[in-house]
Amino acid sequence: MATAATVPEKTNYLNADYGIKSWLLTTDHKRIALLYLASITAFFFLGGFFAMLIRLELLTPAGDLLQADTYNKVFSMHGIIMVFFFLIPSVPAVLGNFLVPMMVGAKDLAFPRINLLSWYIYILGGCITLYAMITGGVDTGWTFYTPFSTTFSNTNVVLAAVGVFINGFSSIFTGLNFIVTIHRMRAPGLTWNRLPLFLWSNYAAAVIMVLGTPVVAITLLLVAFERLFHFGIFNAQLGGDPLLFQHLFWFYSHPAVYIMILPGMGVISEVICCFSRKRVFGYDFVALASIGIAVLGFLVWAHHMFVAGISLYAALVFSILTMFVAIPSAIKVFNWTATMYKGSIRLDTPMLYAIGFIGLFTIGGLTGVFLAALGIDVHVTDTYFIVAHFHYVMVGGMVMAYMCGLHFWWPKISGKMYPEFWSKISALLVFIGFNLTFFPQFIVGYLGMPRRYHAYPPEYQVLNVLSTAGASVLAVGYLLPMIYFAWSLKYGPDAGNNPWRAAGLEWQTSSPPPTFNFDETPVVTTEAYNYDEIDNQPQEAEVV
Amino acid sequence: MDQQHETATMGMWLFLVTEIMFFGGMFCAYLVYRYNYFTAWDVGSQHMEIKWGAINTVVLICSSLTMVLAVHAAKLGNKKMIVFFLFLTILLGAAFLGIKAVEYTNHWNAGEVPGLNWHPSELGNADPRHVAIFFSLYFCMTGMHALHMVIGIGLLTWLLIRAQKGDFTSEYNSPVEMTGLYWHFVDVVWIYLFPLLYLVSHHHHS
Repeated sequence: MATAATVPEKTNYLNADYGIKSWLLTTDHKRIALLYLASITAFFFLGGFFAMLIRLELLTPAGDLLQADTYNKVFSMHGIIMVFFFLIPSVPAVLGNFLVPMMVGAKDLAFPRINLLSWYIYILGGCITLYAMITGGVDTGWTFYTPFSTTFSNTNVVLAAVGVFINGFSSIFTGLNFIVTIHRMRAPGLTWNRLPLFLWSNYAAAVIMVLGTPVVAITLLLVAFERLFHFGIFNAQLGGDPLLFQHLFWFYSHPAVYIMILPGMGVISEVICCFSRKRVFGYDFVALASIGIAVLGFLVWAHHMFVAGISLYAALVFSILTMFVAIPSAIKVFNWTATMYKGSIRLDTPMLYAIGFIGLFTIGGLTGVFLAALGIDVHVTDTYFIVAHFHYVMVGGMVMAYMCGLHFWWPKISGKMYPEFWSKISALLVFIGFNLTFFPQFIVGYLGMPRRYHAYPPEYQVLNVLSTAGASVLAVGYLLPMIYFAWSLKYGPDAGNNPWRAAGLEWQTSSPPPTFNFDETPVVTTEAYNYDEIDNQPQEAEVV
Repeated sequence: MDQQHETATMGMWLFLVTEIMFFGGMFCAYLVYRYNYFTAWDVGSQHMEIKWGAINTVVLICSSLTMVLAVHAAKLGNKKMIVFFLFLTILLGAAFLGIKAVEYTNHWNAGEVPGLNWHPSELGNADPRHVAIFFSLYFCMTGMHALHMVIGIGLLTWLLIRAQKGDFTSEYNSPVEMTGLYWHFVDVVWIYLFPLLYLVSHHHHS
């Protein structure tokens, strides 16, 4: 394929304006998404660095790489960075910011300047937290349990708490923007039941962001006040109650995990449909399951506190509610599988990640149901079983979904295609590396190895060595995309408007899109995944 | 313009929901401790100066009135009225903060600031540590509220400057209305704080 004469490159959001000011003062949601992409990638590798330190220490039973106090700081900082600065923003801030306006057929989000403010708040929170880490770190765990965090820890608790507090507002403003955009700025003909499921999922996650984040904000602020002014709200010696902290903290932090996973599930819905060439099975159920997860997710927080001293009665209530919250997630897994059934499956890289997600999220989710059962939880709580459970859903689930989305929408974002061979190798390395890292942790946790310890009895060593080996494979799997995505920007072939022949308004415009997304406001006349229509049409001429 | 007004309104209400959740955490802590330490709550609230609290309540409600009148003026596009009522609202807000400063100073002088200056007198038969928790929550809740008032006054000042420049017309007045929503919310929070912190001992006769 050759171009007869040089056609001047159409103006798109990437070349519309040049210079650092045009990026740092942009209100274009697509540019802001890329600003987020850069920052969260940086935080991801920083969090990964701390993970590497953890896994290196755990190669040997003795605590010989790091002192115990240092190890405490390392896993705390790993958790804080990964949860607050990578996982929670990842899909919403990168893919959501880029796609939500396009998927509703709008020119931008409802509040573009607040969108930019969100990113600056994220950076400010990130800088403060980084400063806390560089000047001594924090060793309370990402969970900041009292009274250790308020009274006994000698590390930068207040700084870290303030950094996370500020970062919370980034989340709140993003969620607020999404909710208003989806309610008020849909294109003509785009009714709620024609919305792509990515929007339903991001909407549900946005509701959680708006309702839940302020609670952790005030909780961390109270921890800071208690530490600074010696109040006794969470300190038993002063008449306070440490469990009050845990209730307030987990009231947000449990729904937070649904903030993390729901947008990823939205990605999976889009990719499964596209690479099965089929409408989703049970659209209404999948859409309502997103809302169900958001609602039920607020009712289960004390399952993090089964052994903390809550009453057996309370534990029973939260146990049954936790089992209920698995139901909408299971509905989604079944519906995705049914979507693939008798579909015309194409195993492109996004589909590999999506199928991997379904398997690994199922394992992670099922182990969550095991943990909902009090008898098992009492045995495995604070062991590596828990660590394995949440890494299966967050890494095997969420990070794979994030990679899936990056690969699926990369052509739209950059206008270029990445090399399929290397992307498939990466997907394979990620899958193998991930399982090798975290499956042994189920076993070693069930056998009794506690979490957050830098040393362990020698009988656990073999499994720990396997886990560390897996981590190095996983690291390669994550590094490769950095390389080939960057490579593709300069050397990758042009992707065209719709290389996957996917449904969705974002694919109707050019790759990369123009600054205001559409040359004319689109009008929607069909359901969301009209793949039978798309596949029965002759190949459309490329819009240059 | 209409769509922008609707989206702005929806956005502001959503933000106020987040503020409810934010203050909600502290109200939750208050609830738990009041239930468990009622005697201390009773004693603690007796150390509040009801006179100032009541005056502040009236001040804030009046400021909400002047705010509504400012929004009304904005919808009419009456520049002089907008400026006048915004100015009054700021004045009343500042008065509230001034009275709060007086109260805080009195609490400090009476040694009623936990952690920093704690040597209260006349605690009756309440556990001093529990009374300290009452005061901790008092300072956190009214302090957060005062911070929101300061932010509100900042917003009102920005509005005042814009109004004086003639930015607001009968077609374009969303910022005034949205700030009004925020201001009313901060007022409502105080209306909850006042009885919960000042009037506990008036709930029953001890």
